[in-house]
Amino acid sequence: MKFLVCISQTPDTTAKVSFNADGTEYNAAGVQFIMNPYDEWYALVRACELREALGGTVVALNVGPAANETTIRKALAIGADEAVRINADPKSAAFTAKQIAEYARNENFDIIFLGKETIDYNGSEVGAMVAEYLDLPYVSYASKLDLDGNTATLERDIEGGVEVLEVDTPFVVSAAKGMAEQRIPNMRGIMTARTKPLKEVQPVAFDESVEAAQFTLPPAKAGVKLVDPENMDELVRLLHEEAKII
Amino acid sequence: MVLIFAESPRGNLKKAAFEAVTYGKKVADLLGTSCIALTLGAVKDAGELGRYGAGRVLNAADPAFNNFDSQTYAGAIADVAKSNGATVIITSHTSSGKSVAGRLAVRLGAGLVSGVNSLPEVNGGNLRVKKSVFSGKAVAEYEITSPVKVVSLMGNAVKPEVSGDPVSVEAVSANAGAGRIRVKEVKTQEGRVPLPEAEIVVSAGRGMKDPSNWGIVEELAETLGATTACSRPVADSHWRPHNEHVGQTGIAIRPNLYIAIGISGAIQHLAGVNNSKVIVVINKDSEAPFFKAADYGVVGDLFEVVPRLNAALKKFKAAH
Repeated sequence: MKFLVCISQTPDTTAKVSFNADGTEYNAAGVQFIMNPYDEWYALVRACELREALGGTVVALNVGPAANETTIRKALAIGADEAVRINADPKSAAFTAKQIAEYARNENFDIIFLGKETIDYNGSEVGAMVAEYLDLPYVSYASKLDLDGNTATLERDIEGGVEVLEVDTPFVVSAAKGMAEQRIPNMRGIMTARTKPLKEVQPVAFDESVEAAQFTLPPAKAGVKLVDPENMDELVRLLHEEAKII
Repeated sequence: MVLIFAESPRGNLKKAAFEAVTYGKKVADLLGTSCIALTLGAVKDAGELGRYGAGRVLNAADPAFNNFDSQTYAGAIADVAKSNGATVIITSHTSSGKSVAGRLAVRLGAGLVSGVNSLPEVNGGNLRVKKSVFSGKAVAEYEITSPVKVVSLMGNAVKPEVSGDPVSVEAVSANAGAGRIRVKEVKTQEGRVPLPEAEIVVSAGRGMKDPSNWGIVEELAETLGATTACSRPVADSHWRPHNEHVGQTGIAIRPNLYIAIGISGAIQHLAGVNNSKVIVVINKDSEAPFFKAADYGVVGDLFEVVPRLNAALKKFKAAH
């Protein structure tokens, strides 16, 4: 079995969000970057578990500049066998999806994994796009994935429940909480990651059809209005008269 | 023409579809064009979409559409979009809508912005749309420049509005093709508004001390017609089911009112609830970080405050 795990690099959850002076670009100065948690905790770990049980290869793929190699090495330390970096600074999900699809097109992966979304732009767009480029089935927000021969049984989170479904390989899946448990790389993993292959691939041309025009910070909250714990009638009055939501 | 994919999980149109059609009608008005809603599979009362502004309602009834497969759905929507000359296609930003939107963008060579939360600005041939990014910590505006545009509409971003009358449903033939997803079972909790759609959410955390104490939370939720939720530690300790977990790794929600009971407000939790319109925090620790993100706060013992709030709400409901 051959598994591709698409990993993205995002600002740490606790990073302060700010933009350049004219609000056209994210300000990365002083920001700590991490592997997108859904990619790392669920997609990558589940792919490694399947490889451990069934044999095969896990390839970690990142579309990003050379500075992302620390994150890519972490994926190798967690258990990916080899890695590919498509050398570009992606400006959109559509660009990233195109690069992933062009790379994967002739590699015959059985399953292409991604996280359900990135924690920065929250788009959840790349998986469906990759599947469409490659004419593959796509299962989004999967919280469970078992493989029996070439048939996978998955549970997909839907509004208010789960859907249980079957699909044959090859397919694309986006991973949500529940698919696996976070793994901390051990010392041996970290040591071997240094010598695992990390290949650089050049991007293909892509015409953007969406431009980021403006980023702004939402207006600061006015501050909390404290209500006397003995007087819940007052809270109800505020919710009714001031907030107008009940 | 604006085409709206009105989704109908298990044959029923839900709030997400009414929101998408309400939004689509307004976008069509901005562009001075018509709006068509498309439903797939067997759908109850599809003509009702006319009431929310759909000029025409189409249905492709191939039974293969009764189960969701993003591939067959996107194929059908793209065919209808092409044959009707759609320039804007709108889906809901739901589990299904998201996976269809990405495929449509590729299939139609269209620019996609997912999770838009307000009406676009028309800028020549471009559409400028807004969405929340960084888990609600920032707002982004994007300009879609391609001739065909796809957007998915965030839940609870627009209120369904009745602006017309039901219309008769026109059958269209759309080929489902060979779907490759085999749906075996759908497990849903009936009688409960799913968290992403809920307008009021009552959520509780470790401050509840024990799962047997949840009665007061459920009673409050019942009085408010709210959906219950919980924090990650509560779900991880199996005090509450995982599908109640809101936060970064759980479900992201944007209700009108979020009441957080005994939740300290870790940044990962806030990432999932930041987009709530009004936040009420009840916590005995006045230093809990959640108060910084709250609109209204009550510093006190939740075991006293929550029943008191419930009683006050009941009194209010009886009087209004």
